Amino acid sequence: MLSRVAQSIYWMSRYFERAENVARFLDVNFRLMLDLPSGMAVQWEALVRITGDYEPFIKHYKRATRETVIQFLTFDTENPNSILSSVRAARENARSVRESISSEMWEQLNRIYFRVGDAASRHLDAPEEFFEEVRLASHLFIGLTDTTMSHNEPWHFARLGQALERADKTSRILDVKYFILLPSVADVGTPLDEIQWTAVLRSASALQIYRQQYGRVSPLRVVEFLVLDPEFPRAIHFCLRRADESLHAISGTPQGTFRNSAEQRLGQLRAELDFTRVSDIMRIGVHEFIDDFQVKLNGIGTTIHETFFATRPIQPSQSQVLPKADRER
Amino acid sequence: MNFSSYECSCFFDEIFESGGRVRPEAEPLVRMIDSMDEGDLRRRQEAAERALLYSGITFNVYSDKAGREKIFPFDIVPRIVRCSEWDRIEKGLRQRIHALNLFLDDVYHDQKIVKAGVVPEHVIRSATAFREQCIGLNPPRGVWCHITGTDLVRDGDGTIYVLEDNLRCPSGASYVLENRRIMKQTFPEVFDVSRVRPVNDYPAKLLDMLQWLAPEGVNSPRVVVLTPGSYNSAYFEHSFLAQQMGVQLVEGGDLIVADGHVLMRTTDGFERVDVIYRRLDDDFLDPEVFRPDSMLGIPGIMEVYKAGRVALANAPGTGVADDKVVYAYVPKIIKFYLDEEAIIPNVPTYLCWDEKDAAYALENLDKLVVKAANESGGYGMLVGPHSTETQRAEFAKRIRANPRNYIAQPTLSLSCVPIMVEGHFEGRHVDLRPYILYGREIFVLPGGLTRVALKKGSLVVNSSQGGGSKDTWVIDD
Repeated sequence: MLSRVAQSIYWMSRYFERAENVARFLDVNFRLMLDLPSGMAVQWEALVRITGDYEPFIKHYKRATRETVIQFLTFDTENPNSILSSVRAARENARSVRESISSEMWEQLNRIYFRVGDAASRHLDAPEEFFEEVRLASHLFIGLTDTTMSHNEPWHFARLGQALERADKTSRILDVKYFILLPSVADVGTPLDEIQWTAVLRSASALQIYRQQYGRVSPLRVVEFLVLDPEFPRAIHFCLRRADESLHAISGTPQGTFRNSAEQRLGQLRAELDFTRVSDIMRIGVHEFIDDFQVKLNGIGTTIHETFFATRPIQPSQSQVLPKADRER
Repeated sequence: MNFSSYECSCFFDEIFESGGRVRPEAEPLVRMIDSMDEGDLRRRQEAAERALLYSGITFNVYSDKAGREKIFPFDIVPRIVRCSEWDRIEKGLRQRIHALNLFLDDVYHDQKIVKAGVVPEHVIRSATAFREQCIGLNPPRGVWCHITGTDLVRDGDGTIYVLEDNLRCPSGASYVLENRRIMKQTFPEVFDVSRVRPVNDYPAKLLDMLQWLAPEGVNSPRVVVLTPGSYNSAYFEHSFLAQQMGVQLVEGGDLIVADGHVLMRTTDGFERVDVIYRRLDDDFLDPEVFRPDSMLGIPGIMEVYKAGRVALANAPGTGVADDKVVYAYVPKIIKFYLDEEAIIPNVPTYLCWDEKDAAYALENLDKLVVKAANESGGYGMLVGPHSTETQRAEFAKRIRANPRNYIAQPTLSLSCVPIMVEGHFEGRHVDLRPYILYGREIFVLPGGLTRVALKKGSLVVNSSQGGGSKDTWVIDD
């Protein structure tokens, strides 16, 4: 397949997954607002911090409030990672490879793009419902990708993009709780602590499965579940295994071996999780572990680019001479 | 909702005869629309628009910061063509394309037609789309123009004329297919009773034709569609046709020339390309041969093409035959190569490089339509009866400065088709662009794209000038 097409499909699914996860971040806070005892304020600033876009946010909005954070993460076109920007980027990528994806996928992307654009132009009355809609739209898209595309190379690039994005975002959801929500040692194990962990699990759609597996909500087990579970589809370990499978399906290299640096790096990180216990993570510190993980994941993204996409010459910019075919004949 | 209040001030209505009687071929349609209430019809129009929006058949509104997009306006009342009339149009188009291809081959070889004194040499040489680089070229299978979209109009007295030949990269076929798909969703009932000729085999015919062009000895040729990129206004069509044919859509940057072949860059190395349906103008195709500043093309591709190791559709250089001055000679061109009279007439045309014609044109600017010989899309055009004195003075100046670049034609009173406007019907002017494929044989897609001027009284149907489109039904008896 064309390198350009592979790249666009990879980013299409990454961006849509990103939009879904931003909706999930916001959802954590809405759930907390409902569950927190009165007098406890929800920390909106934390939400922006975990997305890594705190500086541009504070420069433009000055203060983190419910309104400014929702606006920034949902509709701000200046924020490249807002839901609107992500959905638009997913659609732009899809648009450039329309002939390589199914029309069902393309129409679904269009539908949600127009829906989000429409929501951006008016006041958001029921944000929770809207975020739910974004999530469901993403699930529908993933379902369509699975059921209307052949499971060949383009599909593996879509799955690779999605799995890596999801691994990154699950690590960030966990980080909200661990790095920012954790108020003091005294709160650990209190009902408040449990409320917060429950919200984290919920926003990863993980609460029910977690309960079946572990029963009581305990920080150690939540970390174990969201980082190391090999079977839960939003767990980091699961995502990396998926990504690893797809990467090897693309190149035809048997799993467990490698022929390029993308396979090598991803294989290393996957192996690290294959052989890690939750106690190892706790020893390093959850936040530190996640930080290190994200750096490695970014490195994998870079090597994927170098291995598969970078053979492409520099894109012509829009400003240069365009042919007259632009006009209708 | 019904047509009882419908009045059309234009001379020829495609649905109603002059006495207000429904044309027989339109009866099932009119009966059905009459039986629907206003809300029902409006709902169907809205459903059609929504379907177009979700299929992404849209264009960007550049001034809109939120990035909103608009669909190309579409009206659900189809234009209807009687099959006996269509069969004559089809014959006329076959004849015209056949002759124009012979003309192209002659222009770039012996120029017999010049030697015979039928077309003056300066007319050919001065056409801006004449390509010196194509002299002596032998395109695969001897065909130059494989895909054509010819613009037809009907005057007030019912005569159908050829208004323009589009032999470069004519666009719009995708809208024909999409409009039909939407209409079938919107009015399934009428399709049951009206015998509408199908259009959905166009992509298959196009692919057949393209594969036929493949270099000798290539068994399963790789066909691609070459687009200038997703910012091009016809990008939807490029990706749509690639998708419908099941072939790869490529940009210039995806292709390179190596070892005498055109190759595409894949995740698994390079793969050979045999046939390119290129939607990129001649000028941008190969910076080594045409415009050196083109970043959209493929350096060296013309060498490979000349060596017969890749096919291009259409061949470079075809634009010389749709030059608006050359257009005036097409009836003579048909006579010269085929010894036949043109089946579909040309609109009478005054050539401003001729002193007598120019004098007439300058005196009658308020009655004529003036067109720049090498513009398209409704640009560089003066519609005399709708113009102001200042505009006419401006065009007179331009004609005097560059007479070769202008032609003038009488203002036709284009025929009308009803459109839906705020709960009732009003007549609007239309043209018709049928699509012709020249492969093993010449195929004409039944119907084509009906473009409609949405502004009341306007004669300009181009989408860049506020035009919309309609489905076109060729009805079998």
